[in-house]
Amino acid sequence: MRAYDKLIFELSREGRRAYSLPKCDVDTLPIDELIPKEFIGTAPLNMPEVSEVDIVRHYTNLSSKNYCVDTGFYPLGSCTMKYNPKINEVVASYEGFMNIHPLQPEETVQGALEVMYELRKALEEITGMYEVTLQPAAGAHGELTGLMIMKAYHRERGEDAKRTKIIVPDSAHGTNPASAAVLGFEVIEVESNEHGDVDIEKLRKVLGDDVAGMMLTNPNTLGLFEPNIKEICDLVHAAGGLMYYDGANANAILGITRPGDMGFDIIHLNLHKTFSTPHGGGGPGSGPVGVRKDLAKFLPVPVVEKHGDKYTLNYDRPHSIGKVKSFYGHFAVCLKAYAYILSMGAEGLRNVSINAVINANYLMNALKGTYKLPIDRMCKHEFVLGGLENENGVTTMDIAKRLIDYGFHPPTVYFPLTINDAIMIEPTETESVDTLDAFVSAMLKIAEEAKTSPELLKEAPHNTPVRRVDEVTAARNPIIRFSKTDVS
Amino acid sequence: MHRYIPGTEADLARMLDKLGLTSSEDLFGDVPGELMLKGGLDLPEALSEQELVRKMKALSRKNSSLDDLVCFLGAGAYDHYIPAVVGQLVSRSEFYTSYTPYQPEISQGTLQAIFEYQTMICNLTGMDATNASMYDGATACVEAAKMAVDSTRRNTIAVSKTVNPEVRKVLGTYMDLCGFNIIEIDMDNGVTDLVRLKELLAGNSDLAAVIVQSPNFFGIVEDMDAVGELLNGSKTLFISYVDPISLAILKKPSEYGADIAVGEGQPLGNSLNFGGPYVGFLATCEKLMRRLPGRIVGQTKDIDGKRAFVLTLQAREQHIRRSRASSNICSNQGLNALAAAIYMATMGEHGLKEVATQCVQKAHYAYRKLTESGVYKPLFDKPFFMEFAVTGPVEPAVVNNDLLGAGILGGYQLYRDYPEYRNSLLICVTEKRTKAEIDKLVETMLSTAAKEGSGMA
Repeated sequence: MRAYDKLIFELSREGRRAYSLPKCDVDTLPIDELIPKEFIGTAPLNMPEVSEVDIVRHYTNLSSKNYCVDTGFYPLGSCTMKYNPKINEVVASYEGFMNIHPLQPEETVQGALEVMYELRKALEEITGMYEVTLQPAAGAHGELTGLMIMKAYHRERGEDAKRTKIIVPDSAHGTNPASAAVLGFEVIEVESNEHGDVDIEKLRKVLGDDVAGMMLTNPNTLGLFEPNIKEICDLVHAAGGLMYYDGANANAILGITRPGDMGFDIIHLNLHKTFSTPHGGGGPGSGPVGVRKDLAKFLPVPVVEKHGDKYTLNYDRPHSIGKVKSFYGHFAVCLKAYAYILSMGAEGLRNVSINAVINANYLMNALKGTYKLPIDRMCKHEFVLGGLENENGVTTMDIAKRLIDYGFHPPTVYFPLTINDAIMIEPTETESVDTLDAFVSAMLKIAEEAKTSPELLKEAPHNTPVRRVDEVTAARNPIIRFSKTDVS
Repeated sequence: MHRYIPGTEADLARMLDKLGLTSSEDLFGDVPGELMLKGGLDLPEALSEQELVRKMKALSRKNSSLDDLVCFLGAGAYDHYIPAVVGQLVSRSEFYTSYTPYQPEISQGTLQAIFEYQTMICNLTGMDATNASMYDGATACVEAAKMAVDSTRRNTIAVSKTVNPEVRKVLGTYMDLCGFNIIEIDMDNGVTDLVRLKELLAGNSDLAAVIVQSPNFFGIVEDMDAVGELLNGSKTLFISYVDPISLAILKKPSEYGADIAVGEGQPLGNSLNFGGPYVGFLATCEKLMRRLPGRIVGQTKDIDGKRAFVLTLQAREQHIRRSRASSNICSNQGLNALAAAIYMATMGEHGLKEVATQCVQKAHYAYRKLTESGVYKPLFDKPFFMEFAVTGPVEPAVVNNDLLGAGILGGYQLYRDYPEYRNSLLICVTEKRTKAEIDKLVETMLSTAAKEGSGMA
């Protein structure tokens, strides 16, 4: 199976077909009597010509080259690769959800609107925010939406021209500074202190009336709960800024504590992390945004509302920033998240976080004697190791690749940037202690191999469909589409 | 215990013991007491799978799906047939439960599928380069506009009034809050007013890009050659917003000189899903390749010399360049792009052409039937693809209501976005519609007009 190495274009044989269509049953006219000839294209489309069997075998073979959550442990830090419940996929495939048009009359989509409304309410409760929009397509899109709201807030107060700066900690996800930059903000990075927390003194120094707000993940990317969060919020608020909560790490706090209670003004959640919807090999995600009461008027339109027992889409919000995406967001993803919340209930969600946190601490404790642990204190849902100490030039990348040989997906590596040779591990709550023990023993064995036979690590992985790839050539001489001349 | 959480009471106790803790509360000792949630979340109790199914089935039945209604509604989301292989193959959990392919050795399935998707999008649009996908057509259009602003160092985007209002609204939000200017180009008889465009180009030295859609929001095929000629030699970029199905028979963006081609990929094998998730595409020419936002997959070799695929040109991206990235996009629409690729592979050139041709033929049949009565008049007199606007004697809400009664999802009421077109409906006819369904649409609309018309007279 692994030997399969064909591109779909290489399977193509003239005359093969994989489709069938009914005969056109209306009276027809020659196309060029309907659309002027000068608008008609003549160039070929160069699509593959294959049979249905070819298609099915091709994609089935391709799929077998992927590692996925259903294969095994996927401790990718900050990505929350938890189990994706099957029933949610089934629910999302119901005709009454999958096959409805976004512009249908409201009375014909009351069930869909109810789902959106109830999910909105549940997320408001979980985060402690006043109102939530489901429109943003992903976490980074949520950040952008949140920062747009921040900008609209300062604009209303006549302060948008001077409030040009967004503060992010140096351990922030790359999307934070990138989202701020898209909106023209200047990004100010504040260094973390030796405990991995925001350095309050350094924060004070950058705060002023030119600050629009601060973006923070809590627990942060080191998996540490920010103990001074109240003080940080107070300081930023006193300077006239707003606090933005990046919900990438919300899996640690469900039912334990809420960003709204911590003092955050704007938040986003990643439904494809915390709320179990699948990542799809790179999307679709969903990044709902929540705000405090006085910011609700800025949320994107439409807002789904309930009046009596009728659900409606309200476009009449004069202060709204407008639309950030077509229609209402990733409805099918929202649907799965809603099914998840219903399946977990309040107590279940709290147990998610308890189990996610205990799993992370258990792993950290088991690995810290062997691997460097730059910040040694109780973690939340994830933790960051600093590689191995001077073991025959073995790098974090080598450790990651060797883990593949042992049947595990590698953790996030070389992030956060504040930790040298970082190995960021997030086990999630859906892993059993047996899986964690097996992972620990692989990690310990790898540490041993680093001493005795480092070449095993340097050449890893050994049994994958392809081995380490030449990324430099890929970037220097990019081949980003198939053409017959590139076949070697 | 919960079915999704394997840790038993005994496991927890053993793990806590190992950590020297006595209770799970101790795990949150670093959370200030005042921030601890008191009394738990106010959410309903957990449902069993059976209860969940019952509840969700009931909710789904409160919607009228396109199984129950015959759809003549388009306006940016389209009811095309999706071959069974698409759903079956994207439902493989090896595809849907994996993450962004950061580790190429164990992600070749996703990486190769994206590489093939990129190839198909390039072939369809005729452009040189594309990325792994955007959120949807509207945000793809925004990203194209930002590419234009960055590469030309100009700050104004001109967008035709015939571009989908939903896209223009999203564009408006971004341009406003990013500090760029947006100018709308007037329309004339349902198409972009080229005289106005010419004046605009002559009178504005800050134009980064011109955005024109074809087939435009009214379904009309715009004279993209003429737009291309007006922009030829100018620094202003030409962004064309296109329907991917239409490209099977209409000229490709490369053939009329577009610098960036964008569009909504939903028609390519993605279900309507009440508006999302869909998939945007953005393709461009060689010289703008390194300004593309988002993920791009490239072909390379592994250490054994074997062909391999990998995320490439990552120096543009947020996780490397942070505040200097070309975009903030991270998660995109991997699975939806996969569906689009499988759809295109399944249909092939012949299938795509036949779908496009049937759309054209069926839409024109409906158009002839509706307008030959004289009761419904064409709103514009221009060539169209699979959508057309008609004006009748009756309020479109009344028409649609009668249609709904007959099990038909009627057209889009244009006054929602164009108040000047009061009694007009935008009707969409895809290859899925049959002669009988079209005849019923026409018959119902005529009977509404007769009934209401005589009532009013």
